[in-house]
Amino acid sequence: MSSLQELQGRKGRPITDQDAREISRVEELSYDLKIYETMTREVKTVQPNSTMQNVLEILRTGRISGAPVTEGTRLVGIVSIEDLVRALEQNNVNAPISDYMSRNVVSIAEYEPVVRAIETFSKYRVGRLPVVDENGSLTGIITKGDITRGILTALQKDYKEEELRRYRASHLFEDITSERTSLILRYTIRAGDYATGGQASSHIKRALLRLGAPPQLARQCGIAIYEAEMNLVIHTTHGGVIRVQIEPHRILMQTTDDGPGIANVQLAQQAGWSTAPQEARDMGFGAGMGLVNMRHCVDKLEIESAAGKGTKLLMEILLRPEEQFKNDPPKPEPNSGG
Amino acid sequence: MTVEDLLKFLPATVLTQHASLRREIKGACAADLMSDVLASARPNAVLLTGLCNIQVVRTAQMADIRAILFVRGKQPAPETIALAEEENIPLLSTPLGMYELCGRLCQAKLPSLEDSLPQQP
Repeated sequence: MSSLQELQGRKGRPITDQDAREISRVEELSYDLKIYETMTREVKTVQPNSTMQNVLEILRTGRISGAPVTEGTRLVGIVSIEDLVRALEQNNVNAPISDYMSRNVVSIAEYEPVVRAIETFSKYRVGRLPVVDENGSLTGIITKGDITRGILTALQKDYKEEELRRYRASHLFEDITSERTSLILRYTIRAGDYATGGQASSHIKRALLRLGAPPQLARQCGIAIYEAEMNLVIHTTHGGVIRVQIEPHRILMQTTDDGPGIANVQLAQQAGWSTAPQEARDMGFGAGMGLVNMRHCVDKLEIESAAGKGTKLLMEILLRPEEQFKNDPPKPEPNSGG
Repeated sequence: MTVEDLLKFLPATVLTQHASLRREIKGACAADLMSDVLASARPNAVLLTGLCNIQVVRTAQMADIRAILFVRGKQPAPETIALAEEENIPLLSTPLGMYELCGRLCQAKLPSLEDSLPQQP
């Protein structure tokens, strides 16, 4: 969103250094982005032997202004709204498309950068280009709208939002003066919800990256909490809660649930031991490696559980000096006695 | 090597529309067990797998996997593709089987990014 707003807000004022950087990034992207990355893949095509009436219906229902003509997958022509108007003027809508289509089709190869498409649009004064692979088979169609969308998406994805968020969050600990600052993240996990299971872990990993954690640390925490989150999804009766406490020098990750509990905690920690149902196994989980993996990622792991009661899992990662979040401890009061 | 480069020598189709194909891949890992991926994949790998549910994308995100290549022409559900777009992880599908695919990638000198277990004494 922010890139779009900024592009619009640029109108009518002098170009700043920031603008200049943005523009050059757009230019760069027009070389970097390939046609196949931004083209539309679902193309409405017509056959040369069907009628112009057919073209009329396709243009109307698809709300488009032209369609490629193909024989099999091979591109043989293009038929546009102008061709249709000619057929209507001559009262000849039942004529085959091959009578009205243009055969000299300008097309573009899918591996070309989008800048080639921009050049071709202005050179031939066309608004859309059929896209072909190296065998001349039609694989998509590209318009100026597709290119604008592709560039904006790339700009947005690559940079802006994430950079900005990261910048804001990474100063959180530094900006707050306290003897002991900690940030607590809390998520409720539903039992048996395989579709959204893992989402909380994904948010946790992203939060750590935004706070300025090194990628290796975020990955370690992400893997450990993801295994724990999937355990809540797979094994609990009513789901559970994830609580992550981030402090400048350590990360505490905790899951709690209210049952069914683990009968033999020691056995559960053995590699390969599992009580997971088939559904979990079908998803690639339940091989009895979860707790083993978690232990591998953290400095301390504790499980408190009993059959019929709930389970509490606690994981702690102590941060090495270079991994620690920068914080601002209170300055000691100057000594009044001198 | 980039995802794009894989497409030059592998029969594969791209299933995502916007996830970047220009991301650098440092090597590959192959597994159908998500815990194996979480335990053994090193960052920046392409994941070769026969599983195609939404948890494969979550796993990839946690393990810093750069791209996912499904074997035997598997087609994931739309929600899986949507999540991959969101996380900018390109999804590809190849008609090849796992053994053939690994063989071809080895021949193309793509390194393994799987941690093996330490040798038993």
